[in-house]
Amino acid sequence: MLWIIPAVQTVHILSVSIVMASMAMLDLRLMGLVGKRQPVSRMVDRFVPWVWRVLLILVATGAILVIGEPERELLNWAFRTKMAMVATVSLITLLVQNRNQRDAAFWENHRIAAATVGAVSLLLWVAIVTAGRWIAYV
Amino acid sequence: MSILRLCAWLESTQVAAAIRESTWLFPTIETIHVLSIVLVVGSIAMFDLRLLDLASRDRSVTEVYDDVMPWTRASFVCAVIAGGLLFTSSATKYYNNVPFRLKMTALLLAGINTAYFEFWTRRGIAAWNRAASTPRAAKLAGGISLVLWIVVVACGRWIGFTK
Repeated sequence: MLWIIPAVQTVHILSVSIVMASMAMLDLRLMGLVGKRQPVSRMVDRFVPWVWRVLLILVATGAILVIGEPERELLNWAFRTKMAMVATVSLITLLVQNRNQRDAAFWENHRIAAATVGAVSLLLWVAIVTAGRWIAYV
Repeated sequence: MSILRLCAWLESTQVAAAIRESTWLFPTIETIHVLSIVLVVGSIAMFDLRLLDLASRDRSVTEVYDDVMPWTRASFVCAVIAGGLLFTSSATKYYNNVPFRLKMTALLLAGINTAYFEFWTRRGIAAWNRAASTPRAAKLAGGISLVLWIVVVACGRWIGFTK
């Protein structure tokens, strides 16, 4: 059925929109660039639960796309790089959430660590979307 | 000059030829287009969900608006520039493409919905900025916007699957 792959890709991209916008806001806040009206802990509590929920949809739709065209994905270096980056950024996000749960002021008190984590996470997300688009071209 | 002739002229420009003939230019511009669109859709969805009373209910409507809209606008400008360049590379083909036309129609409707919200609904915002519930007109604006942006993304993806 010709419409399945574009339909699943559409759900995948819409889910990426939610994760990307949420993480961009949080990462820029960690870097101290935006949203200073709210404490970091508030933004972690607001955005990270959405990211985890939507990540499940991303994994499910991604799995359907891999099953639909396994050679296109599994043998593709852009796909493999993307998966490695998704794993890395997930661990970073877990770390952000974990420190925040133990001490709500942690990221406010560790500005340099917060800025570094935010910058790395943001770069990884941009790279993930880029790698995702390049699966079709490499 | 007819639109089709305008498209043919766009396609004949050096910029269009460069994008068409390069192996990496089209995917690179397309990546910028996708990155911009996910930021447009993700950020506008945050505001739409606030208008629908489905998220950020502990924050006033204007607070969410001020936090989110500058990003939506900046990303939208990037999406239009990148999208325009992609269009130029095969303008006549896209002009005749059904999902492309649907996408442009949805964008136009989203623009009208936004203009209506900005010029009419938002005028009375002081009355419901921190109210327990947003008025029906605001909920309608948020709901219409969400649906139209989903259509934009779906049609955009569909373009890639048509000749």
